[in-house]
Amino acid sequence: MIAELGLLALWLAAGLSGFQLFAAILAGRGAAVLGEAIRPVAVMQGLLAAFAFAMLVWLFARTDLSVALVAQHSHSAKPFVYKLSGAWANHEGSMLLWVMVMAFSGALVALFERRLSVATMRATLGAQAIVTLGFYAFLLISSNPFERLATPAVEGNGLNPLLQDPGLAFHPPTLYFGYVGLSVAFSFAVGALVTGEVGRDFARTMRSWVLAAWVFLTLGIAAGSWWAYYELGWGGWWFWDPVENASLMPWLAATALFHSTSVLASRDALRVWTVMLAVVAFSMAMVGTFLVRSGVLTSVHAFAVDPERGTFILVLLGIFIGGALALFALRAGKIAEGSRFSWKSREASLVVNNVLLTALLGIVLLGTLYPLLTESMGTRVSVGPPYFNPVGAIFFFPLVLAMMVGPLLRWRDTKWTPVVQRLAPAFAAMAFVALLVVIDGRAGLLSGTGLVLAAGLALASLLPLARRKPWRAPLTLWGMVVAHFGLAVTLAGASAESAFIEERLVSLTPGESTRISGWDVTLRGTIPVAGPNWTAIEGELAVSRDGAIATILSPQRRSFWSPPQTTTEAALWTRWNGQLYAVLGEPAESGKRKVRLWWKPFVTLIWYGALLVALGGLLALSGRARSALRRSIAVGRATQRREVA
Amino acid sequence: MKWLAPLLLAFVAQPLAAQEAAVTSPYADRQLEDPAQEAAARDLMHSLRCITCQSQSIADSDAPMAADMRSLVRERIAEGQSPDEIRDWLVERYGAYVTFEPELDTTTWPLFAGPLLILLAVGGLAWSRIRRKGRG
Repeated sequence: MIAELGLLALWLAAGLSGFQLFAAILAGRGAAVLGEAIRPVAVMQGLLAAFAFAMLVWLFARTDLSVALVAQHSHSAKPFVYKLSGAWANHEGSMLLWVMVMAFSGALVALFERRLSVATMRATLGAQAIVTLGFYAFLLISSNPFERLATPAVEGNGLNPLLQDPGLAFHPPTLYFGYVGLSVAFSFAVGALVTGEVGRDFARTMRSWVLAAWVFLTLGIAAGSWWAYYELGWGGWWFWDPVENASLMPWLAATALFHSTSVLASRDALRVWTVMLAVVAFSMAMVGTFLVRSGVLTSVHAFAVDPERGTFILVLLGIFIGGALALFALRAGKIAEGSRFSWKSREASLVVNNVLLTALLGIVLLGTLYPLLTESMGTRVSVGPPYFNPVGAIFFFPLVLAMMVGPLLRWRDTKWTPVVQRLAPAFAAMAFVALLVVIDGRAGLLSGTGLVLAAGLALASLLPLARRKPWRAPLTLWGMVVAHFGLAVTLAGASAESAFIEERLVSLTPGESTRISGWDVTLRGTIPVAGPNWTAIEGELAVSRDGAIATILSPQRRSFWSPPQTTTEAALWTRWNGQLYAVLGEPAESGKRKVRLWWKPFVTLIWYGALLVALGGLLALSGRARSALRRSIAVGRATQRREVA
Repeated sequence: MKWLAPLLLAFVAQPLAAQEAAVTSPYADRQLEDPAQEAAARDLMHSLRCITCQSQSIADSDAPMAADMRSLVRERIAEGQSPDEIRDWLVERYGAYVTFEPELDTTTWPLFAGPLLILLAVGGLAWSRIRRKGRG
């Protein structure tokens, strides 16, 4: 009954979405009554989709094995949290989550956005209806999450043990929130193209959505990389894997988009470019979904190897993006050119930001798709870190320089000398770190340059706060400072880890020790342990310095039985200046046990930096929200006064 | 007692598998004495794909095939071969798929022409726009 209710709600939501589209089209041709219905319909649609998703979560919570999806992906002996996260840790469930968030965002737009003109708002909700309708069709036609089994299963298949982890339970939803935010930005862009009203109001309305999407994408990527770091047991945190790139590309586009949106909102410049970027950003979200969901890359994320789905997503992508680009080609000429600016202006620095980010995006896209292209023509090639790191750096390093200078420039035109003077401490820091790097000699060209630039950016990013009282600076400025500083922190962590990492691969008999980065690590022995749905061999590693025990590390090799799979659970010990990372390997000859140890200097900075970046986005968002609230209060008071008068 | 069987199996199966691997590939998980040689081997191993895995380098994989290749890389580095020689030998044997560092040839040239074109196109566009706006 629950499954049927969910399916019914889904069909109703799809129907309302179709109605929303027709109402928007007809309202555009003068049917005012239908126009009035669009907002309530959008809200209702959001509620129905949320209801359908709640039904699916309920089915998973109860482990209802008469539902095919539950039987395939859940198990009665699974911890309760992972039963719930199992609802979206599979293809059908994750697409339902996507469509639910998308419909719910549509409802929020319908309820709260009041800045746009009536016509643009209708066109926007019409565009939103097209996108959601495509996804409803995808769900109902090729990926029905509520399908029943003819005879209920006796027991479920269980969830991939690698996914039974808090990091990954929340990584996909976070990314999806980001993708959906970009779909809203796309709808705003299409709405604005339809009416030709591409101006400051459009930018201000879209900005919060892009920023929110960007915060979610940042958190999603950081969580995914943290998960790969400690769960896969090899200590890597970014491998330029296609699924990683699939999440990075929308992030790059979203970063470029909200920077150009801020130019449009403040200075009414870069109109056409901003609309174009909004289309590109959503395309990247769709490309990412296609790569991960179609099974075209067989990898941990791509559970479903099924061409039907891939084709469906490609067709949707073609309709949305092709349609938007056609509209763009028709309308772009009619959008008036925005304000002008000199090359020594903040606008120009943001153009440089956009150019470099777009170039980075192009490289990641090329490196990700090109192997697929050659494979389809019969030659297999691999593109990995040795390609992406140096080629990306060509564009990323200048981007960091632009980040140092840009925030110090004024709108329209700036005098050069004072800016250079203000940057003097940052240049000094860079020279100092460069000297240290050269003397030390361990860092390579890329990691060394990374360290130097991180030092420069860390200082330069704080300069906008230097000449004012920090507590009186607007929250949006704080947001930018914190986010830029966070990127410097991440860059420092990544460069330090890659430059100064130490590795020990040893086979130890119980009682034997090895030494890494000043720590003595002794294997005391191995013991069997058991969890709710796994058994494991656990190693006991005593870490000491000068004979004094500092900590005990307990890495495990876990064997899950449903589905049967072995995973390594690394043991991590965090110090202020890095992490000791221990993995228990296989047994070696004559009673020995393989142990892998890494000392990773400052590696945690990578994720602390990413958190700061996301926090910066949140600060900027709350700054916008606060000023919007103040404005609406002021407007309210003004109306009251007028009424009194 | 449902948990007992897999536990026992794990105890028996793992040592057996390990012994087999240890005989054929002694340097799979054993570092070279010379730090410079080990560093060279490490860099090379991180840029070679484990061709039986999904998107992992041989340095990052538990697969037996990856272990064999790690041992091969370390042994050859110890013999004094250069990383590029070893890479070329592996490419000849397993195809270009084995290296994460694509070499410039008739199939891969767009990977190198692409970034150049992007640089020229986007840079040129930005330059012309900024110049035009500057005059205005």
